[in-house]
Amino acid sequence: MLTRAEIALVWRLFQHDASRNRKRIALTVLAIAWGTLSIVLLLSFGEGLKLAFHRGKSGMGEGIGILWPGSTTRAYMGLASGRTLAFTDEDADILKGRIPSIASVSREYSKYCSLTAGTKLVNARTRGVDPSFGELRNIIPRTGGRFVDDLDLDAKRRVVVLGDSLATDLFGDVDPVGKTVRIDQSSFLVIGVMQTKVMMGMYSGPDKNQATIPASTFKSMFTGQKVQNFIYRPVSMEVADEAKAEIYRVLAGKYHFDPDDTRALSVWDTREDQRIVGNIALGIQVFLGIIGALTLFVGGMGVANIMYAVVKERTREIGVKMALGAKMRQVMAPFLLEALMMTVVGGVLGTLAALALMGVIAVLPLKGEAFDFLGRPTFSPAIAAATAMVLGTIGMLAGYFPARRAASVNPAVSLRYE
Amino acid sequence: MIRMRSIRKVYSTGRVEVEALRGVDLDIGGNEYVAIVGPSGSGKSTLMNILGCLDTPSSGEYVLSGETVGGLDRNRLAEIRNKRIGFVFQNFNLLPYASALENVELPLLFAGVPTKERHERAAAMLERVDLQDRMDHKATELSGGEMQRVAIARALVNRPAMILADEPTGNLDSTSGKGIVGLFDELHASGQTIVMITHDAAVARVASRVVQIRDGEIVEDQRAA
Repeated sequence: MLTRAEIALVWRLFQHDASRNRKRIALTVLAIAWGTLSIVLLLSFGEGLKLAFHRGKSGMGEGIGILWPGSTTRAYMGLASGRTLAFTDEDADILKGRIPSIASVSREYSKYCSLTAGTKLVNARTRGVDPSFGELRNIIPRTGGRFVDDLDLDAKRRVVVLGDSLATDLFGDVDPVGKTVRIDQSSFLVIGVMQTKVMMGMYSGPDKNQATIPASTFKSMFTGQKVQNFIYRPVSMEVADEAKAEIYRVLAGKYHFDPDDTRALSVWDTREDQRIVGNIALGIQVFLGIIGALTLFVGGMGVANIMYAVVKERTREIGVKMALGAKMRQVMAPFLLEALMMTVVGGVLGTLAALALMGVIAVLPLKGEAFDFLGRPTFSPAIAAATAMVLGTIGMLAGYFPARRAASVNPAVSLRYE
Repeated sequence: MIRMRSIRKVYSTGRVEVEALRGVDLDIGGNEYVAIVGPSGSGKSTLMNILGCLDTPSSGEYVLSGETVGGLDRNRLAEIRNKRIGFVFQNFNLLPYASALENVELPLLFAGVPTKERHERAAAMLERVDLQDRMDHKATELSGGEMQRVAIARALVNRPAMILADEPTGNLDSTSGKGIVGLFDELHASGQTIVMITHDAAVARVASRVVQIRDGEIVEDQRAA
């Protein structure tokens, strides 16, 4: 669109103007830099929040379903409605064995127990689970520990994995692995402590306050306890709905309820929540981005303002160029280019300032749950692209309207303009 | 080369309509040297704007080098100005931040002439107006006479059919003014068509034809013997 010589001329024109309007241009570039700083910071903050949300929503486990027994609301095959269902151990095998769309299943028994270590006593929820529970529910032991395994289950070993917060309550700063804890007067060997994690969704309280033991051990200690719920994960996200329908069908066959009686079982499909949380995070980011863009827009108005003034100052020059045969685009291009130049300079400065500021935030020793939840501002290529796009658009707009004004100059009149 | 028939130009400022040209007929042939004279407010500036395709007539017919100019769009008019007309203004109208050479290159730049040819042609033009030593000087570093020579070089560089000069000596001292008038003479002698707008009778005298305009009409059209 422009030859190199034309661009060189525009550059000289810019320098010429810049030397005359140094303060005005500096302030405008500063306004753009400030706008860029805010848009980059806000977007990066949103990105950090999104990542924290993502960590948080996977805290309970990714793509899992939780299945509780419910009560029937319809009479079925001679059985009255209002019948309360109770799961048994073999249901886990039935679910896994008969439903191909389910990849893994774990039982979960649960009961409040008193836990003691030395002189410390804490009442905490203790749950009996299968080895797959750790992976399903994202309970990852810290280095040096392990989760419940098949041998523990087969041998009904008295081993326990402690939630991180529970571990601190019982043992303070001492590493509990290898130590003994008493659960309702029985001695348990601590085999692992859960890594700290953020949980945005939960049932029966956060994992950090719970103790986890093998399901078989739990049953032998607390006879008469029923399975509280199952955790399952479909083979893939696509078959999750199919898996859910299959669960109803299979268990309805076993427990004789109407497969359409949705209240007979209660299923929490966390996929839905994860989608919602993802959308909320995206929504927040878009919102922050709009605020940043508006700030930048104000800077853009400054650029447009200057360019309008420059068009006025250069009216005669525009007239001369027109007289010499400059076409519309040749008249407009310098103004577009100058506006873009100011925007780009401001944008680069603002981005650098934002990155520097984020660097400072990154090394600040900020601790606490709020920061775990909010995350730290994180810059990403997508943010860079979004910022560049907004900057480019604003620069083009800030240049376009003054340029159009310039092109509408009547050469006959402007040549007499003083 | 130029054929104007019943050219009228009406300016409307708010409710008042001013008729700046009231039916001008004018023919200018190749290699003529025409001075258009008249007092201020006579309509000579309007005539110059229309001649130079800077403005379009309200009615009438204007044919420049066989092309009817009325009704063309702005870009097409810009092209005609670029290729057919070389402007010389009273106040030179050079770009102050650009060198003499760059100023002369400007019409070629708008015409899309490649860099090397542009440089060569602009430099040759500056030589022709005796400014080969001033090529890299900024416009602001030149004297009035030199600036007007640069402007003339700029007007000539795209080989226009007509040089259109608006009071070219108006801002110059008499010595520089004479130099410029002499330059126009030279150009005319080498075959260039020149139309000069002036109110200076002494300047007009050098032209081969003097057209007098008053109240928007041509009142006298005199060819030198």
